[in-house]
Amino acid sequence: MSTLKTATPSTETHGQHPNPKGIKLPIYMDNHATTPMDPRVLEEMLPYFMEKFGNAASRNHPFGWAAEEAVELSRERIAKLIGANPKEIIFTSGATESDNLAIKGVAEMYREKGNHIITAVTEHKAVLDTCKHLEKFGFRVTYLPVQKNGLIDLDDLKRAMDDKTILVTIMAANNEIGVLQPIAEIGKLCHERGVIFHTDAVQAIGKVPVDVNKMNIDVASITGHKLYGPKGAGALYVRRKNPRVQVVPLIDGGGHERGMRSGTLNVPGIAGLGKACALAQEEMPQESVKLAALRDRLKDSIMSRLDEVYINGSMEHRLPGNLNISFAYVEGESLLMGINDIAVSSGSACTSATLEPSYVLKALGTGDDLAHSSIRFGIGRFNTEAEVDYVADRVVETVVRLRELSPLYEMAKEGVDLKSVKWAAEAH
Amino acid sequence: MSYSEKVIDHYNNPRNVGSMDKNNSDVGTGLVGAPECGDVMKLQIKVNPETNVIEDAKFKTFGCGSAIASSSLATEWVKGKTIDEALAIKNTEIVKELALPPVKIHCSVLAEDAIRAAIGDWKKKQDATKPATVQAAQ
Repeated sequence: MSTLKTATPSTETHGQHPNPKGIKLPIYMDNHATTPMDPRVLEEMLPYFMEKFGNAASRNHPFGWAAEEAVELSRERIAKLIGANPKEIIFTSGATESDNLAIKGVAEMYREKGNHIITAVTEHKAVLDTCKHLEKFGFRVTYLPVQKNGLIDLDDLKRAMDDKTILVTIMAANNEIGVLQPIAEIGKLCHERGVIFHTDAVQAIGKVPVDVNKMNIDVASITGHKLYGPKGAGALYVRRKNPRVQVVPLIDGGGHERGMRSGTLNVPGIAGLGKACALAQEEMPQESVKLAALRDRLKDSIMSRLDEVYINGSMEHRLPGNLNISFAYVEGESLLMGINDIAVSSGSACTSATLEPSYVLKALGTGDDLAHSSIRFGIGRFNTEAEVDYVADRVVETVVRLRELSPLYEMAKEGVDLKSVKWAAEAH
Repeated sequence: MSYSEKVIDHYNNPRNVGSMDKNNSDVGTGLVGAPECGDVMKLQIKVNPETNVIEDAKFKTFGCGSAIASSSLATEWVKGKTIDEALAIKNTEIVKELALPPVKIHCSVLAEDAIRAAIGDWKKKQDATKPATVQAAQ
């Protein structure tokens, strides 16, 4: 999360809040930043630290074979979750590396075919900054706008494509507002025009169905720690046929991963990533229903008790566990401070280094004032109904308290149109 | 971001929250910052016209915890001071008292601005009423 500020849960203050039965504080509800590890994943990983420590590239002894077996099982599990062939899975260190490898790797490989790349303004920085980097080397990048609901307009995409377009990179699910882009439609447009389609799918995989063939995805970024697996273990899906996609490696060396990513494999991490994918595959149908119900419970509980609360992004096309809300007249960071026994993120960045609020929210057309007032809730596998109720109560009471403190709330109640006020922003 | 104990204390127990009648000739109102910057402070003072002493101060702030603490502290400090003493309050003193980190210095600057704006508003009211008083006396 580059623009989101994360609250540091602490027990220093708010000792006055009774700890309801069955709730352990602080509550973790920031599952888009990272997810807690599933104990079943850890169990799968543990043997590969000590007794099965071998190098997966050692072909001549049982130590290497045991490691290789774990790696290949993981490859199969990841492939199965996204409808791919195991040979199409390349292991990386995580999402940022996967995005870099996908975009730079395709750009360099297909440079002779064209130099135009299309992405969207709400992408993660791992994609945006990689595209910016390529602009310095003669590539042309189109940054598609998004609609008010956070989705790109497919007509914009069609119009942006030209005969020099080699790559479209659009995320499957947004990390801040959880909106799901029309991936299948984008993939179809790309394939009709012979353009490679990469999707940063780290927030989507394991949460909503992703099928590389049905959705015409050519390259997809995956990471372990967003689906209850380990950090430092990721993968890149690279299509092998219809069309065969090639990427130029970022890291040269021993020729691991079919030459696309050299470096000794992180066997415990890879084993964990595979297990996390297997669990996600098994549990997604029930889990997505449960998470959506918890999310809606949180939303309804907050919105039924507070006025001037706005949801950022489409509710219809959205990850089940995501809720991103702006609380008018209340600054996000102060809200985080008030609910400091709950770990969530804010779209406000009230520091002199970055006065800019979330670029994702701004791209939706959300005003800076409301972007500063936003909170992202990321509900995950281990959250409970009791936690959701506690979070809703704490948020409501803190917003009420801060609005009492807010000159903007007072002015709005007096009927002052805040947009018409001439603000004297001396400090900035 | 970890906050100092004093910031947390002001955030949890802000002093002098509230509003005074901005049309009262003894009340000066300062409204500084902007919603799109993430900080707006309203600081009000009530001045004794005989002594020029600030007898009461109130604030409301939209902003982060440090902004709330800076303005809360500012109201505490200006109370009981004369206008000239209050004008001498420097943002660096607020930074020191609240142990604000460098990224939060702008909150203290805004609080100092709020004090000055409130005093400026009060002075403007005094200037506006004075000629009228003089005329009436003639």
